[in-house]
Amino acid sequence: MTDGLSLEGVRIALRGVPLVSLDVRIAPGEVLTIMGPSGSGKSTLLSLLVGACPPEFETRGRVLLGGRDLAGLGPRERRIGLLFQDDLLFPHMSVGANLAFALPPSLKGRRARRRAVEAALEDAELASFADRDPATLSGGQRSRVALMRTLLGEPQALLLDEPFSRLDANLRESLRGFVFDRIRARGIPALLVTHDAEDAAAAGGRVVDPLGRGAGTQAKAASLS
Amino acid sequence: MRRPRAALWASLLAAMAGAATAETDPADWDGVLEAAEGQTVYWNAWGGDPRTNAYIEWAADEVLSRFGVELELVKQSDISAAISTVLSEKSAGKDEGGSIDLLWINGENFAAMKEKDLLFGPWAEDLPNWSLLGAEDNPALTEDFTVPTEGLEAPWSMAQVVFYHDSARVPEPPKTVRDLLDWTRANEGRFTYPQPPNFLGTTFLKQALLGLVEDTGPLYAPVSDADYEAVTAPLWDWLGELTPTLWRSGAAYPQSGPAQRQLMADGEIDIAISFSPAEASAAIANFELPESVRTYVLDGGTIGNANFLAIPYNATAKEGAMVVANFLMSPEAQARKQDPEVLGALTVLDVAALGEEDRALFEDLDLGIATLTPEELGSPLAEPHPSWMERIEEDWDRRYGAGQ
Amino acid sequence: MPVSKAAGSVREARILAAPMRPGRRPRLLPLAPLFTLVVLLGPVAAGLIGVLAPAFGYYPALGATELSLAPVRSLLAWPGLGGAVRLSAVTALASTALALGVTLLICAAWHGTRAFGAIERLLSPLLSVPHAAAALGLAFLISPSGWIIRALSPWATGWDLPPDVLIVGDPAGLALIAGLAAKEIPFLLLMTLAALSQIPARRSVLLAQTQGYGRVTAWVKTVFPRVYPQIRLPIYAVLAFSASVVDVAVILGPSTPPPLSVQILRWLNDPDLSMRFEAGAGAVLQFGIVLSLLALWRCGELALARAGTAWIARGARGRADAAWRGLAALAAGLSAGAVLLAVAGLAVWSFAGFWSFPDALPAGLTLRSWEGQLPGLAELTGTTILIAAVATIISLLLVLACLEAEYRHGLRPGTRALWLLYIPLIVPQTTFVTGLQTLAIGTGLAGPTGSVIAAHVVFVLPYVFLSLGDPFRAWDPRYGLAAATLGAGPDRLLWQVRLPMLLRPILTAAAVGFAVSVGQYLPTLLLGLGRVPTLTTEAVALSSGGDRRLIGVYAITQTAVPLLGFAAAIALPAVAFRNRKGLA
Repeated sequence: MTDGLSLEGVRIALRGVPLVSLDVRIAPGEVLTIMGPSGSGKSTLLSLLVGACPPEFETRGRVLLGGRDLAGLGPRERRIGLLFQDDLLFPHMSVGANLAFALPPSLKGRRARRRAVEAALEDAELASFADRDPATLSGGQRSRVALMRTLLGEPQALLLDEPFSRLDANLRESLRGFVFDRIRARGIPALLVTHDAEDAAAAGGRVVDPLGRGAGTQAKAASLS
Repeated sequence: MRRPRAALWASLLAAMAGAATAETDPADWDGVLEAAEGQTVYWNAWGGDPRTNAYIEWAADEVLSRFGVELELVKQSDISAAISTVLSEKSAGKDEGGSIDLLWINGENFAAMKEKDLLFGPWAEDLPNWSLLGAEDNPALTEDFTVPTEGLEAPWSMAQVVFYHDSARVPEPPKTVRDLLDWTRANEGRFTYPQPPNFLGTTFLKQALLGLVEDTGPLYAPVSDADYEAVTAPLWDWLGELTPTLWRSGAAYPQSGPAQRQLMADGEIDIAISFSPAEASAAIANFELPESVRTYVLDGGTIGNANFLAIPYNATAKEGAMVVANFLMSPEAQARKQDPEVLGALTVLDVAALGEEDRALFEDLDLGIATLTPEELGSPLAEPHPSWMERIEEDWDRRYGAGQ
Repeated sequence: MPVSKAAGSVREARILAAPMRPGRRPRLLPLAPLFTLVVLLGPVAAGLIGVLAPAFGYYPALGATELSLAPVRSLLAWPGLGGAVRLSAVTALASTALALGVTLLICAAWHGTRAFGAIERLLSPLLSVPHAAAALGLAFLISPSGWIIRALSPWATGWDLPPDVLIVGDPAGLALIAGLAAKEIPFLLLMTLAALSQIPARRSVLLAQTQGYGRVTAWVKTVFPRVYPQIRLPIYAVLAFSASVVDVAVILGPSTPPPLSVQILRWLNDPDLSMRFEAGAGAVLQFGIVLSLLALWRCGELALARAGTAWIARGARGRADAAWRGLAALAAGLSAGAVLLAVAGLAVWSFAGFWSFPDALPAGLTLRSWEGQLPGLAELTGTTILIAAVATIISLLLVLACLEAEYRHGLRPGTRALWLLYIPLIVPQTTFVTGLQTLAIGTGLAGPTGSVIAAHVVFVLPYVFLSLGDPFRAWDPRYGLAAATLGAGPDRLLWQVRLPMLLRPILTAAAVGFAVSVGQYLPTLLLGLGRVPTLTTEAVALSSGGDRRLIGVYAITQTAVPLLGFAAAIALPAVAFRNRKGLA
C-alpha cells in the first residue's frame, strides 16, 4: 500500500469552517475526481498538495507519494505535476523550449533532449511544432503542449485543475481522451478537480466532493441524462 | 629591494609635506613658476558665452606650452555653485586640496568671500605683470565695489555700463536717466531691465540712482552713515513713474542680461542695458542682433568696474592659478581679449605706459561698428558701496518684485 | 508607499515561494532591501541634513554654529512668501491634474484602437525632451514674439512689432501649468500603458459596452479604478516634481513673485552668503508644501473614490462618446503638438542665422552653431551615456534584487522601509545636493566620476523602482508555480522565466532611469566638482548665455541620447520576441 498518492486525514479549514476533509489513496493510473462548486476549497487542496498552501488556511494531515511523506517539501521537490485551467505556456519561449524547460537535467546531451522534445510533440500529434510561438497555437494545441510539458517533468503524480473548462465542447471531448489515456499509459496517480460532471465521467474513476462524500452516482446520473 | 622602497617612502613623505606646508611665497616668482609646472588649474567661471570660453581655451593652450600649467575651464551657469562647493569643502573640513583653483567672481561675491575668509592671499600685487596696470592711478583695480581687494584678486578686464538701441527704430536714444522716462512714456512697453537682484538689474538701479541724486557722496560710504530714505527718495519716485511704462507694464521682467538681449533680438524692446561695451558688436556678429544696433553711454557717465579673479583659500594649485592670472594680465593676452573679433573686452593695462611694441598691439585693433572707443565711453563712475545695494534690492523686491 | 497596493499580490507570491528550500549558498538576497537602504540612507541622510541645518541657522562654514530660528523669521518676513507658496501649490496641483486628466481621457477614448497606437508613438519620444529645453521651446512658441504669432504676422495680424501682452510668465502661472502638463503627459501615459498591460481592459470595456455603456464611461467605470492604484506612485512623483521644479518655472513661470522653488534658488545664488540661511528655511517649507500637497491629493483620491463609487452605482451610461473622443484627440494633439513644435522651433534655431520678428523663418541658415560645438559634443555625449548607463544598471540591479527578495521572502522591515528611497524625489534638490556634496567631499570615498554616479543612483533608483515595482508585482505568480512543479529552482525561475517575461517593463524602467540620469544638472555639477562635464551641465552653462542657437544644438543632442534609450527599450523586446505574439 505504499505506491500511489495517499491523503491521510487531510483537513483544510478557513476561520474554523471546514473546506476539505479527505482520507483517500489514489492508485497508479487511477484518476480521482473531486467535484464541487467554485469556492468549495478544491484549488486550496491542490495548492496544499504541491506545497504552496496560503498560510491563512488551517491544515492538518499527511500526504504521501510513493510512501514518501511530503511534509516540509516545496513545489520543486515534491515531483507532483500540475495542469492549470490556463495552459501557462511561457510566452517568451518556443513550444520546444517550453517542453525542454521541463526535461530533467539528468537527461544529458543536446540531441538527446531534442529527441525527447520531438517525441513528446509527436505523441501530441504536434510534430514539427517545436519552433512555433505558443501564441500562434489553437487552444486545443496549447493544452496538449501544456500536458506534455507537465509529463516531461516526470511527475510521480498529476493534479488537474479544471484543465478543460476553457475549451469548446468538441475539443474538450478529444482532449479529455488525450489526457486520461496518457495518465493511464504512464501509470501515475492523478487527481482531477472540476465542477463539470462530464469531466468526472470521462475520468472514469471515483468521484468525491471536497469533504470526502461520495458523489460518484450523481456524476454518472448527470452524464447519462 | 630596500632602497627603492625607502625612496618611495621619502617621495611620499615629501609629497605629503608639500601638500601640507602648501604654497610658495607669491613674491618668489621663480619659485611660483617652478611649483606651477605640472599643476592642473581648475578655473570656475560663468560659461554662458562661447566667445569667452574660446578665449579661455586659447589661454589654456598658451599656459600649457609656456609654463607647463594645465588649465581646465569649469563652466558654471551661476558662479554661486562654485562658492557652494568651497563652502561644502569647508563644512567637510577639507581646508587643503580643494577642487577649485581659480574663480571669476563679481564684487558682491568677493565682498562675501573676503568677509568669510574663503580666499587665499594676498598674492595679486606680487604678480610680475601687476606693474603694468598703473593701479596706483586707477582705484577700480584695487577696489571691487568699493571693497579694497588687498591683493586677494587680480583684474583681468574692465567693464562699463553701456546701453544699446536699435537705431532703425530709435535714431536718438535718451542720454540721461530723466530722458529715459520721457522716452518710455512716449514708447510704452518698449523698455525693461533684468529683474534685481540680478547683477545687471541691480546695476541699472545704481546707474539710475547716480543719475538722479544731487550729491553722490553718501553712496560711497556704508548706507548706515546716511539718511537712506532721503537719499533714495528720487529713485523710488522715478521708478514709480517708469514702471507702468515698462515692457509688460512692469508685471514681469527678464531674468538675466541674456534674456533681456533676447527680447531685443525678438523686437520686443528697443533699448537694453549691458555691462560689456562689446556685447552689441559680438551679438551682431553672432546673428543675435540686427546690424542696426548701436551702443551709447549716458551723458553724466556710466558705472565701470573691473572683472577679477580670486583663488579660494583651500585651492590645490595656487601657484598654477597665479601663473594663469599673471598670463591673463600680459599685454599679449589683454590685446587679444580687447580684439572685437575675439572678445572686445576693455583692457586693465595702462596702455599709454606700455612699451612701444606692446602699445601697438592695442592701437591696431578695429573695434567694430557697434562698439564705442575708450574716449567715447568716457571715464567710468565708481560703484556705490555694496551696502546700498542690499537695501535697495530688498526695497525693490518689496515694491516691484515679490511684493507686487 | 508601494506596500499597501502590492500587499495582495505580494502575499500571493510569497505563498508560492515560501516553502522553497534555502540553497546552500549564503543567502544574500533577503538582505537586498536592507543593503539598498543602507547604501542609500547615508546620502539621503546627508542630503536631509543639508536641507535642515541651514534652515535652523547651522552652517559652520559660514561661521554659524548655533541653532536659531532667525532664518525662519526672515523667511516669514519676505513679502512674496504667500504668493510664492500659493503659486507652487496651485501650479503643481493644476498641472498634475491636467496631465492626469488628459492622459486618462486619451486612454478612455482611444485605448485599443488603431489611433491609439499613433498617439502612443507620437507621445513617447516626447519623454526624451529635457524639461528645460521643452520649456524654452514652448516659450518661443507662445510668446507674443514667438513662432505662432510670427507665422501669422504681419499678413493676418498686421503686427510689425510684437504686441505687449503678458503670456509667458503670467502672474497666475497658466503658462507654467500648461508647460508642465504637456511635459508630464507622455510620462503618465507610459506608466498607464504599463499598468494597462496587466489588466484585461479591452474585455472589461467590451462587456460594459454590451450593457449599453458608452466607451469612455465604460473605461472610466471599469478600467480606471484598477489602473489608478498602479499609477499612483508615478502621479505622486509628478506632483512632487511639479511643486519643486526650478528650470521650467524660471522659464515659463511668473517672477513677481516666483514659485517658492525658484526663490530658493535665487537665495542660494545670492552673492550675500547669509541668504543661504533663508534658502535653507525656504527649502524646509518647500518640503512641507510637497508633503501637504501629497496628503491633499490623497484626500482628493478618497473623496473622488467615494463619489465615483456612487456614480458607478447610479448606472449612468454616458453616451457623449463622440464628443469625448474629439476632446481627447484635441488634447493629445495640443499637448504633443506643443512639445513637438517647441523642439522643432529649437531645431530651426540651431541652424538659424539672423531671425527677427515677424519672419516665420530665419533670414539665413548656417551650420556655424553646430560646427562650433561638434568637437566637444562627442566626448560630452560619451561621458553622459557612460554615467547614465552605469547609474541605471546599478539602480536596476538593486531594484530587481529588492523586488526578488520581496517575492521570495515577503515583506520584511527592510522592504517596508523602502519608501525612504523616495525621499530624494520630494525634497528640494537644491539644498539636498549641497548635503550630498559635503558627504562626498568629507568621506572622499569616490573620485568625481564615482561621486556623480553615486548621486545619480540616488535620483535614478526611485524612478526605476516606481516604474518597475508594479509590473513586477503584477506578474502572474502561477507561472512561478508552474515552473516550480516542473522542478525549476528560484534562480532558474528568475533568470529563465520571470526576467524574460518582464523584459519590456524592465527595459522601460531602465529607459526612464537613463533619461532621469541624463537630465541631472545640480548633482552632476556639485558632486563632480565641475570636473565631469556632461551634455546637461554644458547645456545649462551655455543656456545661461541666452543664445537660442546654442540652446537648440544642445536641446537636440540632449533629446537624442535618452531617445536612444527609449528606442532600445522598444526595439530590444521587439527583436528578442519577434516571433512571440504573446509578448507583443
